[in-house]
Amino acid sequence: MNKELMNGTSAIAESAIQAGCKYYFGYPITPQNELPEYMSRRLPKVDGVFLQAESELSAINMVLGASAAGARVMTSSSSPGISLKQEAISYMAAQELPAVIVNIMRGGPGLGHIAFSQADYFQSTRGGGHGDYRTIVLAPCTVQEMADMTFNSFDLADTYRTPVILLGDGMLGQMMEPVVIPTAKNKSPPRRDYAVTGAKGREQRVIKSFFVEGKDLKEHNWKLFRKYKKIEQNEVRYETYLLDDAEMAVVAYGTAARIAKGAINRLRKEDEGLRIGMIIPKTLWPFPSRVIKETSRYISDFFVFELCTGQMIDDVRLSLEGSGHIHFYGRPGSVVPTPSELARIMARHYYQSQRKKKK
Amino acid sequence: MKKIYSRPKSLSKVPFHHCPGCGHSIIHRLIAELLDEMDLQERAICTPPPGCSVFAYNYINIDMVEAPHGRGAAVATGIKRVRPDCLVFTYQGDGDLAAIGTAETLHAANRGEFITAIFVNNAVYAMTGGQMAPTTLLGQKTTTSPYGRNPQSEGEPIKMSELLSTFKGTSYIERVAVNNPKNIKKAKKAIQKAFQHQIDKTGFTLVEILSPCPVNWKMDPLQSCKWIDEVMIKEFPLGVKKEIK
Ligand SMILES: Cc1ncc(C[n+]2csc(CCOP(=O)(O)OP(=O)(O)O)c2C)c(N)n1
Ligand code: SF4
Repeated sequence: MNKELMNGTSAIAESAIQAGCKYYFGYPITPQNELPEYMSRRLPKVDGVFLQAESELSAINMVLGASAAGARVMTSSSSPGISLKQEAISYMAAQELPAVIVNIMRGGPGLGHIAFSQADYFQSTRGGGHGDYRTIVLAPCTVQEMADMTFNSFDLADTYRTPVILLGDGMLGQMMEPVVIPTAKNKSPPRRDYAVTGAKGREQRVIKSFFVEGKDLKEHNWKLFRKYKKIEQNEVRYETYLLDDAEMAVVAYGTAARIAKGAINRLRKEDEGLRIGMIIPKTLWPFPSRVIKETSRYISDFFVFELCTGQMIDDVRLSLEGSGHIHFYGRPGSVVPTPSELARIMARHYYQSQRKKKK
Repeated sequence: MKKIYSRPKSLSKVPFHHCPGCGHSIIHRLIAELLDEMDLQERAICTPPPGCSVFAYNYINIDMVEAPHGRGAAVATGIKRVRPDCLVFTYQGDGDLAAIGTAETLHAANRGEFITAIFVNNAVYAMTGGQMAPTTLLGQKTTTSPYGRNPQSEGEPIKMSELLSTFKGTSYIERVAVNNPKNIKKAKKAIQKAFQHQIDKTGFTLVEILSPCPVNWKMDPLQSCKWIDEVMIKEFPLGVKKEIK
C-alpha cells in the first residue's frame, strides 16, 4: 500500500483487516472511538462483521465466541472498558483462544480523564484478570508501529493460542503520521484444528477452562507456564538508542519513549553533550530484562520515565537484580512534559549521578 | 422385537453426574434426542455455563464452548456470526440468564440473534449451594433468603419469557416444565420448534424450562415435581409466550 496520512486508531483498524481480521466487537469509549467507527465503515465492505455490543463485557465475550469458532477477531477499548474485559481475557488465556485486544490508555483510576496515560501497565503485564496467566503486550511508539504491530499481533496470537494486548495511548491513537499499511500477500489465516464448527465427521471439540478432576488443573497451568516461557524466550522486542557511549540509560515505552528521545537529542546537542542513551521496550510482556541487565555492566544509572506514578519501574528493578541505580520521573495525568521540560529533569539526574561517581 | 427406546446417538455413554430427580438430565436427553431427530448433531454448537450444567459437554456429544457466568448469549452471538449455518444454542440457569447475564440476554434478543437459549429455571442457584435466584418465589427459603424471599427488599420473581416476548427481535418463546411425562413431551416439542425457528432464521428463540432441584429445595424428587405443579407454575404460567408465523 502507499504511504498515507492516518491516525493511530485507523491505522490499527486497517492493519487488522489486512491481517485477516473480519470480526470486530466493541463499545464506545474515548479516546479510541475512531477505531470502531473505522471498522463499522470498512468491515461490511469486506464481508466482515462489525457489532457494537451493549457493554465491554459483552463485546469481549463475543470475541471469545468468534475466536472459538475459528475467526481472527479484535476488540478495542480504553482503560475503564479494558477493566471490564478482564474476566473474559482470563477465560481466553485459559481456553487458549487467540484474539487481539487494543487498549488506547487514558487516565485513571476510576473515570480518570480522557487524555492519554500509561497507568495500565500492571493490568496489562500481570495478566489483568484472575488466575495464573500472562498476555503478550505490544507497545508501539509511532503510528507505523501501531500498524505493523497490529498486523503481526494476529500471527502471534495464533502461534501461541493466546490473547495479545496492543497497548497504545490516547496520544498515539489520535495523532496523524505517514504510514504504510502492511498488506498480506496470499496470506490466509491458519486453520484452527480446535475451532468449533459442528462435529461433522470428527470427534466433538470442547473449549473449556474448568478442570475439577484430579491433577487436571495443575497440568493445565504447567502447560500454560511452558508456553509463557517459550514466549519469553522468543518474543522479546526492544530498541536501543545511543547506548554505546552512554553514562545514563533512559527506559521508556510508547509516547513516553518519544518524549524521552526528544529530550535526549536536545541534551546531546548541548555544549557538554550529555551522554544519555535509551532502551525502548516494544514488548512489555515479555519484558526485555536481559538487555537491561547486560547494559548495567557498563552503565550504572537508569532513568525510568512513565506517564503514571511508576509501574514499569518495578520490572526495571527486577531486571537489574540489585545492580545499578534507578532514577524516576512520572506524570500521572494532566499535561505531559515537553521534551525540553523532560530534558531539564533528565539533566539534573544526570549531573547528580556524575557527582556521585566522582566522589 | 422392535426397539422403541434407546440412547440417542448424540448422548454420550456416561452416567449423568446430576442428583437423582434433577431436571438437567432430562433436558440434556431431550436435546440429544432432538439433535438426532432433526439431524443437527453435526452442525450444533452449545455454550454451557458455570452452574449445574457446566459438564453438558460430557453428555451431549457436540462441539461446545464454555461461557463465563452469564455471558452465554454474547459468546453464542460471536459463534453464530462466524458460523451462521450452525445451530447455536446457549444452556443457562436462572442465575446465569436472569441475573448476571440479563444484559447479554436482552440485547441478543433485541438484536434478534439467530440463537436459541435453553433457560433452566429451578428457582435457585443450585451449583453454589441453593442461594436465592432472581426467579426464587416469594416466601421461598434459600440459603441467602433464610426468612423467605421478601418482595420489599428482594423484589419479585423475574419473568424473562414474558419480558423477552415483548421484543421485536424474538420469534419463539415458550415456558415448559419437565415434572411429568406430559410436560416433558411438550418441553421437547418446544425445543424442537425453537431450533426450527433458528434454522429458519426468524429471530431469537428461548425455551424456559421449570426444572426440579430436589437437593436445594430440600424435597424428594416426587415432592419436587408436585411443587412445580402446585407452586411454581402458578407464578410462572406455562405456554407459548410468543410465536411468529
Ligand atoms: C463471575 C462469577 N460469579 C459467580 C460464580 C459462581 N457461580 C457458579 S454457578 C452460579 C450460579 C448457578 O445458578 P444458576 O445459573 O441458576 O444455575 P444452576 O446451577 O441452578 O443450574 C454461580 C453464582 C461464577 N462462576 N462466576
Ligand atoms: S443441585 Fe439441583 S440442579 Fe444441581 S444437579 Fe443437584 S438437583 Fe440438579
